[in-house]
Amino acid sequence: MFANAVNLFAGADHLIISIALVALIMFVTKKISIMMGEERIASALAIIIGLVLSYIGGRVTGGSSGLADISIFGGAGIALLGGSMLRDYTIISTAYGVKLKNLKKAGPVGVISLLVGVTFSFVVGSIIAVILGYTDPAVVTTIGAGAVTFIVGPVTGTALGVSSEVIAISVAAGLVKSILTMIITPFIAGIVGLDNPTSAMVYGGLIGTTSGVAGGLAATDPELVPYGAMTATFYTGLGTLVVPSIGFIIVRALLT
Amino acid sequence: MEILGMGFVAFFMLLGSFLGRLLGQFIGTGGDVGGVGLAMLFMVLTVNYLENRGFNFKTRTENGIRFLSALYIPIIVAMAARLNVVGAIRGGTVAILAGGVTTIGAMFLVPLLSKLNK
Repeated sequence: MFANAVNLFAGADHLIISIALVALIMFVTKKISIMMGEERIASALAIIIGLVLSYIGGRVTGGSSGLADISIFGGAGIALLGGSMLRDYTIISTAYGVKLKNLKKAGPVGVISLLVGVTFSFVVGSIIAVILGYTDPAVVTTIGAGAVTFIVGPVTGTALGVSSEVIAISVAAGLVKSILTMIITPFIAGIVGLDNPTSAMVYGGLIGTTSGVAGGLAATDPELVPYGAMTATFYTGLGTLVVPSIGFIIVRALLT
Repeated sequence: MEILGMGFVAFFMLLGSFLGRLLGQFIGTGGDVGGVGLAMLFMVLTVNYLENRGFNFKTRTENGIRFLSALYIPIIVAMAARLNVVGAIRGGTVAILAGGVTTIGAMFLVPLLSKLNK
C-alpha cells in the first residue's frame, strides 16, 4: 500500500516537483555563497549544481537529457521548466528594466565596446572550436556563442538545432567566462586602468556577462558596478540577435 | 493585473519568434534565428517609447513582468539540469579555452577602448 502510494505520488505533479527541486538548489547555493562571503556567485554556483545533477542523471540513466531522463523529473518536469520555451520567455522579460537613455549616457564608446565585445568573444570562441577539431558550422557557432554568454550559447544552439551535448559545452564556456571574470577582475583592474566610470562601461560592454561583471566590479570598487551593469545589460540581447543570424552566416561561409 | 504583464512579454515573444522563424527560413537553417534578441529589442523600444509619452505601467502589471525576470536564473538552473553533461565532459577543454581566452583577451581591450573617449 505504501509503495503504491509512493509510486503514484512520484508519477504525478512533475512540474511542481521540479520547481521545488530548483528552489532547493537556489536556497542551498545562496546559503553557501553567503558563508563564502561572495553572495554574487550564488547564480553561477546554482547553475554548476544543475550541471552536476545533469551529469549524475546522465550517468544513472545512460540517457542524453540529464535529470529529465529520471522519470520523476521527466515529462512535464525539468524538461518543461528548463525547456527553451520558458527560458526564452523569462530572458525576454529581463529587457523590461533596460533603459535606452542609459545607452545614450554610455555614449558612442559604450556602443562600440558592446559591438567589439560580442564580436571579439564570438570570433575567439569560434576559432578555438575550429582549432580543437570542430567543423560543423552550427556547432562552431554555438560554442562561439557560449563564449559570448551562457544564455547566447543555448539560444543559438536551439535555433541551429545542435545536440544537447554541444549546448552543454556552450553553457560551460559561458560559465568559465562568468566565474573567471568575478575572480580575476580585482587583480587585473590596475593593469587595464579599471578605475573610472568610462572604463567600467567599456568593461561591461566588452565582457558582458552580467553576473560576472557585477561581481568582478563589486570586488574591485562597488561604485563602478552600475556603470558596468549599464552596458552589460545590452550584451546578451545583442548577442542573441546577431550571433545566430549574422554570426552563423559568416561561420557557414568560412567553413563550407 | 499581473497577467497583463505576463501577456505583454508573451506578445513580444510571439512576435520575435515569428520573425525569427521567418529569418530561419530565409537563412535556410529552419528554427527560430534571433527571435529572442528581436523580442527584447522591440520590447525595449516599446517600453521606452511609452515612458517617453508619459505612460506608466500599473504596479501590478509591472509585478507580472518582474516575476518572470526573477525566474530567469532558476530556469537556467533547470535548463542546466537537463543538458547532456556526460557527453559535454569530453568537450571540457574547448569550454575552458573558449571561455578563458575570450575573457582575458577582452579585459586587455579595456584600455584600448577607454582611450576612445579622450
